[in-house]
Formats: sequence, structure tokens, C-alpha cells
Amino acid sequence: MKRFTRYSSILNSAASLAALLGTAWALTGCHQGGNGGSGDAQKATIQNKGSDTMVNLAQAWAEEYKKAAPGVEVEVSGGGSGVGIAALVKGTIDIANASRNMKPDEIEQAKKNTGKEPKEIIVGYDALAIYVSKDNPLNEITLDQIAQIYVEGGTITKWSDLGVKLPNTTDDEIVRVSRQSNSGTYEFLREHVLNKKDFKLGSRDMNGSKEVVELVASTPTAIGYSGMGYATPAVKMLKVKKTASDPAFEPNVANTLSKAYPIARSLQVYTLGEPQGAVKAYIDWILSDAGQKVVEATGYVPLPATARAKP
Amino acid sequence: MNATTKIEPATAGLRVPRSRRPAWAVFGERAFEVLIHLCGFSAIIFVLGIFFFVSKEAFPVLGKAGFHLSQFLFSDQWYPTSEVQKRYGVLAMIAGTFSVTGLAMVIAVPFGLGAAIYLSEFCGGKRRETLKIVIELLAAIPSVVWGFIGLTVMSRLIVKFTGAPVGVNVLNGGLILALMSVPIIVSIGEDALKAVPDSFREAAIALGATRWQLVWRVLLPAARNGLLAAVLLGVARGVGETMAVLMATGHAVHIPHSILDSVRTLTANIAAELGEASAGSDHYRVLFLTGVLLFALTFAVNLTADLIIRGIRKK
Repeated sequence: MKRFTRYSSILNSAASLAALLGTAWALTGCHQGGNGGSGDAQKATIQNKGSDTMVNLAQAWAEEYKKAAPGVEVEVSGGGSGVGIAALVKGTIDIANASRNMKPDEIEQAKKNTGKEPKEIIVGYDALAIYVSKDNPLNEITLDQIAQIYVEGGTITKWSDLGVKLPNTTDDEIVRVSRQSNSGTYEFLREHVLNKKDFKLGSRDMNGSKEVVELVASTPTAIGYSGMGYATPAVKMLKVKKTASDPAFEPNVANTLSKAYPIARSLQVYTLGEPQGAVKAYIDWILSDAGQKVVEATGYVPLPATARAKP
Repeated sequence: MNATTKIEPATAGLRVPRSRRPAWAVFGERAFEVLIHLCGFSAIIFVLGIFFFVSKEAFPVLGKAGFHLSQFLFSDQWYPTSEVQKRYGVLAMIAGTFSVTGLAMVIAVPFGLGAAIYLSEFCGGKRRETLKIVIELLAAIPSVVWGFIGLTVMSRLIVKFTGAPVGVNVLNGGLILALMSVPIIVSIGEDALKAVPDSFREAAIALGATRWQLVWRVLLPAARNGLLAAVLLGVARGVGETMAVLMATGHAVHIPHSILDSVRTLTANIAAELGEASAGSDHYRVLFLTGVLLFALTFAVNLTADLIIRGIRKK
């Protein structure tokens, strides 16, 4: 009996503790939700989500920005452009990163859900690089060849179709490495290289830009596509030409800015309505020289000097 | 209850002890009883609730134009975001789930049951304790870590030893899942063997049975229900596992022809795509329908197991 009473009192205190914690949690939760980046002067949290191509970049921005504005916490997560845009449409984040443009129906839905028009801000450029293993003798590829490799019903399935004999292996089949369907990179390739046709089934669909490059690096027969910022010494980026008779261009900063590289694209962020308060300050900083330096450091192409924000 | 305020003298005799408990203690005990009952029923409530909500999200797609249940079940064309023609066929993923889980069980069941028999019958004292701790540690490794091992370590080994073009495939996923389900099979299997009364063992030894005869003829038949439960929990883990297979199987929509082909499983497909699908869209609903399918699959596995056990009992 004695033991029972003691047990109860412990339980009582545990229950009150739990209640206390619950209240505290609810309070902080409300606080964060209501804040929405609109500018709590002491401590603002900016929720940032989306493109996997841009996740390293966004993280580098967030870290660098902490030095510039210690009171602002930027929480970054990836998942794919589609994930970021879906979250923006639901109104759960402040900034969505996207390596593709928002589609008209997504903009409509965002307006319907939140009453605000999504605002697009270009924050840098990326050359969509075509990766092969570093031992692959192939150096150049045309847009049509890329399409024939990836598109449903495409005719290129073997390396010999491209006139390539791979060293140190007897396998001839091209291992296609692709991205899952919520990736902006996937949609970009489909729109600009496959002419909106569907991908061939059976590609290895990685759920990250980095994973694509890793798999290509460890697979001699693989071909993959990913942002140029993910290049490593274990892979080779192919030069791309529009048609067989055009000159081939390397994916680098100069060729991206001059639009000579045929599959360059802009990287953008989206906010709901005009950015305000802490979010505006953050985006202004991204568009400044300091923010653009980070773009360059992570391997992407910064905005030309004329397009940057003056501090 | 009248005695709660005043302690009566000892002379009051035997009438006292029961009623001496304060009112709140009695109330507390009642409350506990109710709580425990609720815990018991909560399982049913949760299962029904989950089934209800998943179905509620999924079923509106069934009547939609452009969606056919037969295409969903028997086509391998999975184009949920196509701009030409959206097609929702999960046959390739059903094949992927079954091939990975099947391979995992082929590897895990003999190893798991063997280890369980060794632990409970052939191994004693300190060695058993150490082994048990290590096996429990194995069960505690998070699935994303397993996936990482599959993606980095295992895939290189597979490429090196099998000559497969890509290391992320059915074999990789199967091995990882086998490693994940072995600890479950071992610990539940060992409990089942331990639950066989010692009198069975004594009787068998007294009759001159060897250790092997004891295990094969006495213990395994006596513990079969528990062992079957162990195997089925392993299967359930395999069917339901997401993160590790997402990373280790290559995530390719493709009906496998050999164990060196990449596949995609039902669970991995839901995990990879649900985040982007806008709520209420056909794609979103089809993913929930995939969830209902998974639910039905595991339900079927459990039901079959139950029937088998009943069948064994009747004999």
C-alpha cells in the first residue's frame, strides 16, 4: 500500500510535468508559426525548403548569413523543387528554392490557398551538367543524343550506339541515372531536352543531386545529369552541343552567362507576395556581392554585376 | 470509506485494513484500470483509424476518368507527372517489393532460426549474454544507416564480386533487409524456444535423444507457433521497410529479371513522391491507394499466418 501511494505521487508529478511541457511546446509552436519571418526584431526564423540542386548553396548562404545577421536563423531543407513549391503553396515555409519555374497551376493554387501571389527572384545560374565516369572516353554529346538516351522509346541504349568502347569492362549497356519526379532538374531536362515527352522507365532514380554524381562515379557504364556544383574528381562533365554540326561547350561560368552552353538554367527562390521584414533582408543579402560570392564558391554561376543588389 | 479520516485503534479488529486506503488511492486504481483497458482497445482503434483515413484519401480516385484499377495493378507504366499521358501502374513496384522481401527472407530465415537455436540450446553463460547484447545492438541500428551502408559499402562489394554494372539492386536491398530482420527473428525465435518447458528437454534426453534429435524432433515442433511468428515479423519488417530499400535498391521502375537488377519498392515510391504531390491530386490519391495496397498485402500475410497456425493446432 505504501508503495502504491508513492507510485501515485510520482505519477502525479510526472503528469504535471508533462502538462507543463505540453503548454510550453504549444506556446513556442504558436510563436514560431505566427512569426512567419515578418520580423520579430530579436530572433527571426526563416523557413527555407526546396531544390536539391540548391540545397548546398542554400545551406552555405544560411551559414554565411549568420555572420552578417546573428539574430536571424535560416532553417534549410532539401527534398526537391516540387517539395519546396508544394510547401510554399501550403504556406508552411517562407522561401522556396527551385531549379525550375513554378507552373501556372501551382501559382493558381498558391493564390487560392494563401491569397498571395508567388514572387520569383532569380538568385544565380546553373549549367545542367551531363556526368559520366572519369574513365569514359566520350567527351562530347549532342542534345538529341541525350534525348535518345533518356526519352521513352529512345533509340540509344548502348555505349556502342554512341561509338564508344568503354575500357576495363565488357558491359555495353548504358546505365541511366535520373532523378525522382519531384526534382526540378528532372522537369528541366524533360522540358528542354526531351521536349516534354516521358522518360524511359528503368532508370535509377536518385533522390538527390549528390547521389546522382556518386552513383555515376562508382559505375563505369553510367550516365547522369545533375547541377554543375556537384562535380567531383571521380566524374567527367561532357561538353554539350546543340546539334552535331555546332561547336561543343563546356559547362562553366563563362559559357553559362553567355548562354553558349545549351542547357543552362536559372536558379530561383519564391516567396508569397513581396518579401518583407527578415525575409526581404535575407534575399537582398543573397542578391548582394556577399551572397553571390557564396554562389560562386559552391560551384554555381553568380548573377552578373549589373543584376546584383547594391548595399 | 468512513475510516479514511481517522485511524481506529488496533482493538477495532479485522474490519479495518481494507477500508483504510484513502479515497484517492482507490480512485487512482480505478483510473488505472480504465487506462489499461483503453490501452488494450487503442490498438483496434488505431488500426481502424489508419485504415479509414488512408482509404478516405485514396478512394476518390477510383471513379476518376483516366484511372483504371486494372491498369493500377497490372501495368508497369508509372508516369505520375507525365505531360503527355499520366499513367499509374504499380506492377513493377509490387514485383520490386516481393523480390527484395523474398530474397531477404531466403537469407534471413535460416540464419535467424539457426542463431536462435544456437543461442537457446547450444550456447551458455557468458557467451550467450554477449551474443544477445550484440544482436540487440544490431536491431538498434537505424534504417537510414543501413541504407547508407548499402549505398556505399555494399554496392561497391557487389560490383566487385558479381560484376554487376550497378551495385544498388535487388541483391543489395535483400542483403540489407536480411541483416535488419535477422535480429528480430533471433530474439523472438529464441524466446519461443525458451518457452518450451524444460521437462520436454529432460524427457528427450532421458530417452537417449542426441542434441540434434532433441532440436529437430522436440523443440522445433513444440515451438513452431512462436518461430512462425518470428519469421512473419521479419517478413513484415521487410515489406514495410522504406528508408534502407529506398537507398539500396536503385529506385528504378523495372520488373527485375535477375537479382542484379535495380528495382523500386512500393514503400520507397510513396516516401519519394508523396512530398511533392499536391494534396487532393490524382497522383496524391494514387500514392494513398498504394498505401491501401500495402495494408492489404500485410493483412493477407498476417491472415495466412494465422490460418496456418490454426491448421497446425488442429492437427
